[in-house]
Amino acid sequence: MATFFGEVLSVYSRAVEEDDEDLEENEEDEQIRRELEEKRTVQLQWSPEVSESLKGGNKFSCSDFVLAVGHNAAGFLSAYVLASSNWDAVGRALVWNERSRAVVGQTGEESACVFYRHKDSPSVLVCRVTCYIAEDQLFQWTEKVFDCLQTRELNVTVLSDSSVVDYKTADYLCGSSAPFLRSLHTGAFTDQPVCQPLEQPNIVTGLPAAVLNHCQVHRIAAAVYQCYSDVIGPNSVTMETYRPVLTKLGRSVQVDSSPNTDVLRKFVRTAEIQSNLYI
Amino acid sequence: MFIPSQDSPVSFKGFTLVMPAVAVGNVGQLAVDLVVSTLNMSRVGYVHTDCLIPMAGNNPYVSCKQDAEELHTPAEVYTAAELKLAVLQIRAPIIQTKAKKFRQLLVSWIKASGFSRTVVLSSSHAYQRDDQQLQGTPLRYLLTPSLLKVCKDALKELGWREMELLPAFPGVKDADAEPTLCIPGGGITKGLYTDSCAEDLPLAVLLLFCSEGDNIPDAFTLVNHLNDWLHLLDGPSQEPNSNWKIPTSWSLLFGSGIPPALF
Repeated sequence: MATFFGEVLSVYSRAVEEDDEDLEENEEDEQIRRELEEKRTVQLQWSPEVSESLKGGNKFSCSDFVLAVGHNAAGFLSAYVLASSNWDAVGRALVWNERSRAVVGQTGEESACVFYRHKDSPSVLVCRVTCYIAEDQLFQWTEKVFDCLQTRELNVTVLSDSSVVDYKTADYLCGSSAPFLRSLHTGAFTDQPVCQPLEQPNIVTGLPAAVLNHCQVHRIAAAVYQCYSDVIGPNSVTMETYRPVLTKLGRSVQVDSSPNTDVLRKFVRTAEIQSNLYI
Repeated sequence: MFIPSQDSPVSFKGFTLVMPAVAVGNVGQLAVDLVVSTLNMSRVGYVHTDCLIPMAGNNPYVSCKQDAEELHTPAEVYTAAELKLAVLQIRAPIIQTKAKKFRQLLVSWIKASGFSRTVVLSSSHAYQRDDQQLQGTPLRYLLTPSLLKVCKDALKELGWREMELLPAFPGVKDADAEPTLCIPGGGITKGLYTDSCAEDLPLAVLLLFCSEGDNIPDAFTLVNHLNDWLHLLDGPSQEPNSNWKIPTSWSLLFGSGIPPALF
């Protein structure tokens, strides 16, 4: 679609492909399809202690579940919250899809979606997601994760990265306004969000949307804080935007006043564009 | 799977269901938006399924500041009890490998809910029309046998055109090749129609030939067409479009505001 000024906006392809179900599918095709589907299923791996308790029918009793989606949100959690060494990694989700890299050392994939629990107050569960979760895996991821949580009196907070180009507003956004936060919460969420609500016609997609959908229909209190940033790649300014959200959680999650610079450096460096133009 | 949004159970017995098919130009979805927004319908539940791509947003039908903060999901059911009307709005594309599952889910839900009839609003690629379809109105209808029995006369009175069956090999005279139903770009429309025929569901498809672009005029055409049959709005038909209320979520269709420094 092109605008008045001729720039092309990326929109969903609204043309729907014809379904070719009538075509006879041979057995081999079907088998390949089935195997692919199997490979795409989301797997959760919990630590022995947790999986033992899950097997016994005891779900994770948790008062706060904080989910960070995207490099800035995950970086914020790592540098401001998780760096204070009081956290244990208790599990991870394994997701394989078309954007997964070939498994070489498995290190990249392993650290892409990890659950942490606070040593002193085990009722707080934190999850960092930096990998791509495909559209057909989002629902499954959410179902499987929430299946392990006790949902009574659960508070879900989602931090999510977004680009300011995806933000629609009638007023022209001047450069100084980004990064900024917008919130979206379920009907069961009775608290006051720390920022303005997300205005129509803006929407949230991806994992934050899947979590919101699940929480809305199952009446769990959840809020998504979407950060619109004008910087490509992880950076400290954008990460700082998330601070008021977690500060509000108060007792349960301790936010450090200054970030752990080592962790921050690691995050920012991995995103630096490796250019050989001016060696 | 249908999940009610209130504690009280919902009864759709004898209701008419209007739903879109996610198709070319999203015309059906836009038309449904107009119905929900104009009739001020209330949400009664969600269709929560893995067949749709997740999305979420605040109230798309905001009328005042108070109701702006209300979460809405990819597929929701609205009702207007006094009109005995239920509307299913679908806001997200269907995951391609799960289209069949989604159709089956819809058919079994429609069957279990006891709707008296279902109307699917859809669209089809204008550029794939054949010669006979190019002439006259771009609107077509399809009825399943069980609905045909009931409202044959009503449709005859309206003078609507039925969707043509297209020859499998145009120009080739072959007695063996039976003409088939073709709805290119119609998404699940054809599948839903054939499933409903097989399941003996009273279902109608109203569709419009159109192209991608600003499809708001197409949505008005389709919703006015629907109104001719169902009489959702009784008003003077001098200026039929002005009777419908455009929802706030239709704003900024062509992107954000323009930098003032340009002028």
